[in-house]
Amino acid sequence: MKARVLVVDDDTALAEMLGIVLRGEGFDPVHCADGESAMVAFRETRPDLVLLDVMLPGLDGIEVCRRIRSESGIPIVMLTAKTDTVDVVVGLESGADDYVVKPFKPKELVARIRARLRGSADTGPERLQIGDLSIDVAGHTVSRGDQAISLTPLEFELLVALARKPWQVFSREVLLEQVWGYRHAGDTRLVNVHVQRLRSKIERDPERPEVVVTVRGVGYKAGPRG
Amino acid sequence: MNAFSAPTGLRRLGSLLARPWRRSLQLRVVATTMLLGMVVIVVLGGLLYTRIRDGLVQDRLVTARSEATRGVRDAQARFDTVTDPDSLNVLVNDLLPRLASPEGDRSRDVVLMRALTNDRPAVVPELSSGDVAGSTIPASLRRRVTSSSQQQQEFVRVRYSGSSETKPGVAIGSTVTLPVAGTYELYFVFPMDREQATLDLVRRTLLGGGIALVLLVGAVAYVVTRQVVSPVRHAAAVAHRLSSGRLQERMRVRGEDDLAKLAASFNTMAASLQAQIAQLENLSRVQQRFVSDVSHELRTPLTTIRMAADVLHESRAEFDPAIARSVELLATQLDRFESLLGDLLEISRIDAGGELLDLEPVDLRDLAGRVVDAAKPLAQGVLDLHVPTHECVAQVDSRRIERVLRNLVVNAIEHSNGKPILVRVATDDEDPHAAVAISVRDHGVGLRPGEAALVFNRFWRADPSRARTIGGSGLGLAISSEDVRLHGGWLQAWGEPGEGSCFRMTLPTGPGVELSASPLPLAPQQEDMGVGAPYLRISPRTAPDVVRQERRAGRA
Repeated sequence: MKARVLVVDDDTALAEMLGIVLRGEGFDPVHCADGESAMVAFRETRPDLVLLDVMLPGLDGIEVCRRIRSESGIPIVMLTAKTDTVDVVVGLESGADDYVVKPFKPKELVARIRARLRGSADTGPERLQIGDLSIDVAGHTVSRGDQAISLTPLEFELLVALARKPWQVFSREVLLEQVWGYRHAGDTRLVNVHVQRLRSKIERDPERPEVVVTVRGVGYKAGPRG
Repeated sequence: MNAFSAPTGLRRLGSLLARPWRRSLQLRVVATTMLLGMVVIVVLGGLLYTRIRDGLVQDRLVTARSEATRGVRDAQARFDTVTDPDSLNVLVNDLLPRLASPEGDRSRDVVLMRALTNDRPAVVPELSSGDVAGSTIPASLRRRVTSSSQQQQEFVRVRYSGSSETKPGVAIGSTVTLPVAGTYELYFVFPMDREQATLDLVRRTLLGGGIALVLLVGAVAYVVTRQVVSPVRHAAAVAHRLSSGRLQERMRVRGEDDLAKLAASFNTMAASLQAQIAQLENLSRVQQRFVSDVSHELRTPLTTIRMAADVLHESRAEFDPAIARSVELLATQLDRFESLLGDLLEISRIDAGGELLDLEPVDLRDLAGRVVDAAKPLAQGVLDLHVPTHECVAQVDSRRIERVLRNLVVNAIEHSNGKPILVRVATDDEDPHAAVAISVRDHGVGLRPGEAALVFNRFWRADPSRARTIGGSGLGLAISSEDVRLHGGWLQAWGEPGEGSCFRMTLPTGPGVELSASPLPLAPQQEDMGVGAPYLRISPRTAPDVVRQERRAGRA
């Protein structure tokens, strides 16, 4: 089945070109030109992934991202023309899984989309333990005791990557490769922002994390079993 | 030691005082006024005191002399009336107290002594009234009295038997002739303790008055200078606050005097400065906004073109050779256009001044290793990296510094014509926490004289006719230079035609560290001395050919 991609971009030429490229790569692109109608289109088309331009007329990309995130955990990739530190971080904090800076090469974009859609389809039935959390990899659920915790697929993958090798310290570069699928150096802020988001959901006290522990100067590792 | 310590102490005191002296106009004015006031008061007081003292002493002397004359005459007349030793003794004992001032007054005492020349049997003992000791009368006075028939006087310390107390006074002596006993000296001693007390009082009053006057003059000078200095200080403080960025600061304008004029002009200046700065800030904001907008507006269509070109490029095998080649050119030139746009936006951002460094401790050996490894496929010749065995850690924005080094290495590859390139990393031997340097040395075409200063200029090209093999925007070194400058470091170039060139980046190990020297040499002459390699000075005996060969050997 073709994966459906919702493209939210006000530039019709770019949107059309994106459509051509995505169709060529075997996706099913749906276009939407502004932020206001993006939510309607999102609910109607139920896409597998959203490509979202940051600068949109009306509702801007950051706000759209926030609204989609409040309803669903589907992968969101931002298209940004800005490389300014603040803009990128704000975009990521609003819930985007990844971002691509314009002008991007089509292959790069497709690789990012595939990495997000790949998900954890290749995983067998497996139960993992990290901190005081138990993870059902096949069922895609995380719970503390009887209480289920809802995570986006990206956050889930990040947690699973750490939980599979609790003895290993993961550098940000390694996580970028394993979770985001970057084969070359990527933006390590992706890791920082998503670890923060993950902690806000799974930690008892996000200020003093026990499940995902920072190893200063190196990266992150799974906390001791609770 | 002591001979040294005293001047050292004085010098230290001097330097301790010199600072406030230099810095405070008020202190200087007050001190000078007090010093001058003190000189005037000392001179005047001294004069006054001398006049009063002379007057008092003179008065006392006049009365003392006349009293003494009268007393001697009286005593001589009484002595002449007796003839036998017994009645003489009675007379003397009776007379002395009467010659002295009445009991309780003690303004006059009498001492009777045998003359120094008297050799008759001592019938009358030496006597004095009021316990005045004989030692009060100095020998010099006695000699003068004995040898002269005139009245003699001398200022003495009056001593009393049975007491250690002395008083200032004057002794006036004459000779008297006693029947039977012969010549005696009769001294009238006038203690001048009252005059002394008066003088002491006068001195104390003058001293106290003088000190009070000096302080008063000082206080007046303080108050007067304060009126002038405090507005000046206020102006200085306001100017300081202005210069530290609080542009809304203004001076108070009061009255219509010179200081008010100063304050008014100062405020006008501040207002005009503020307006200009606000205008510049606004321009800068507009520019930043513009850069951001241009960024977005240009990038979106460029992305579309890029994607279209890529789609075409993918299927170029299906096209005519001419069209296929056009598609290829389109793709490569789009790459170039993209990097140029990226560099332009980067330098505009730096110009707008809104750039923040993302500092973290980085071992520059690792960073250099990554860059050199990544550049190796591009290099046609040898690309070597020399790093020390110890850490070379500095607080840097690794993204920027990596970009700078990549740029330098790629530049070196482009200009080396396949000759060896050496990248070196070093820290300061003496202070490893001061500076870290990376140099990139190539042996390619080098730089012509004067070019070393130009290479960091925007869009400057070493040789416009030269074909570019790797490409670049012409902004790379300008951006690198700005990146290094943001870190508080140096980026310098050296080169000679045919000798190659060397680019050296020197970075402080952290923010706030001032650079004073670089751990690596820039020009190869320094290099030879620095690493202890044979450095030959050209002397007439050494054949120039040998020198050249040796130097070449030393470099390779």
